[in-house]
Amino acid sequence: MAPYGKQSRKAVALAVAAGLAGAACAEDIGQIKVSRGQVAVERMGAALPATVGMRLQASDTIRTGSDGSAGITMNDDSLLSTGPNSVLVLQRFALDPATSQGRFDAALDKGSLVVVSGRIAKQSPEAMTVRTPSAIIGVRGTEFAVSVGE
Amino acid sequence: MSRSTRACLWRFWAALLPALVGCAPMTNVVLLPQPDGRPASVVVAKGEQQVVLARPYEAARESSAGVSAYASSAQEVQQRFGPALAAQPGRAAKVTLYFVEGKDALTEESRALVDNMLAEVARRPVPDVLVVGHTDLVGSHASNDALAQRRGEVIRTELVRLGVPAENIQVIARGKREPAIPTADGVAEPRNRRVEIIVR
Repeated sequence: MAPYGKQSRKAVALAVAAGLAGAACAEDIGQIKVSRGQVAVERMGAALPATVGMRLQASDTIRTGSDGSAGITMNDDSLLSTGPNSVLVLQRFALDPATSQGRFDAALDKGSLVVVSGRIAKQSPEAMTVRTPSAIIGVRGTEFAVSVGE
Repeated sequence: MSRSTRACLWRFWAALLPALVGCAPMTNVVLLPQPDGRPASVVVAKGEQQVVLARPYEAARESSAGVSAYASSAQEVQQRFGPALAAQPGRAAKVTLYFVEGKDALTEESRALVDNMLAEVARRPVPDVLVVGHTDLVGSHASNDALAQRRGEVIRTELVRLGVPAENIQVIARGKREPAIPTADGVAEPRNRRVEIIVR
């Protein structure tokens, strides 16, 4: 019984550790639906190829090359799509699925972006922003396009 | 550092500053037409300055003088945002299927539609599906939550059968908390006995 007990304690410790790691891991906030040409997702210092179906996390940066474009859906049904030579940062995303209340802050550092806002902006008109290096766009539930540069 | 050197450095920075500001990338924002024609707007803010865009193709652009409004066009939007528009994912869609009173069996009408409606869901490149089970207001919360969950699971099984990966389907039960047709407690309302399937 003793070795078994020891092993099961080890198993519990492992399970707890895995649970904590899971909790520390950022939540899934959206998904890559379209990825054409060169597209990368930068996460914690690493550049991952953006594959269709890939889940996104808060703080992810989507970077497209000169031939790249990408389309993503967020968990509040927002749609974001970027053209070539773009850098889009998903800075903050929080959503209560039951009430649709939350917060969504994205930043376009350069390039082009088309946005269809979702449930967060619909529920609370002050709850979604898109920042550029020089301006802040407050979204009151709508479709719009932003470019930085040129 | 001599006084004249310091003065010289100041002049150097004073001359450089506008050049640096001039180099900052300029922001351009265009409000797009809303497919449902509903009113919508965005506010573009730069420091104290604000421009509100509220009509299709109303736009704001930055210059050294600040942010100013102008009228953009479908043509300009296509030129500037063509690739981004082409990469837009499909919009979220909702399908509702109805159930027999007190059971997890689809009504005859919904039974006839289920394959077509769910095939539409399964056809998406990477369907990400939320299945929400509901009931009418007959019975307790506990029994309705359980019934709503069973109804959701029936739809999950159908979706998996049609090829949607199980890990892309989330089933939640709202029981009698969110009736489509609000009624008094205890009322048997067919339109409330439903499962909503939301696909992204």
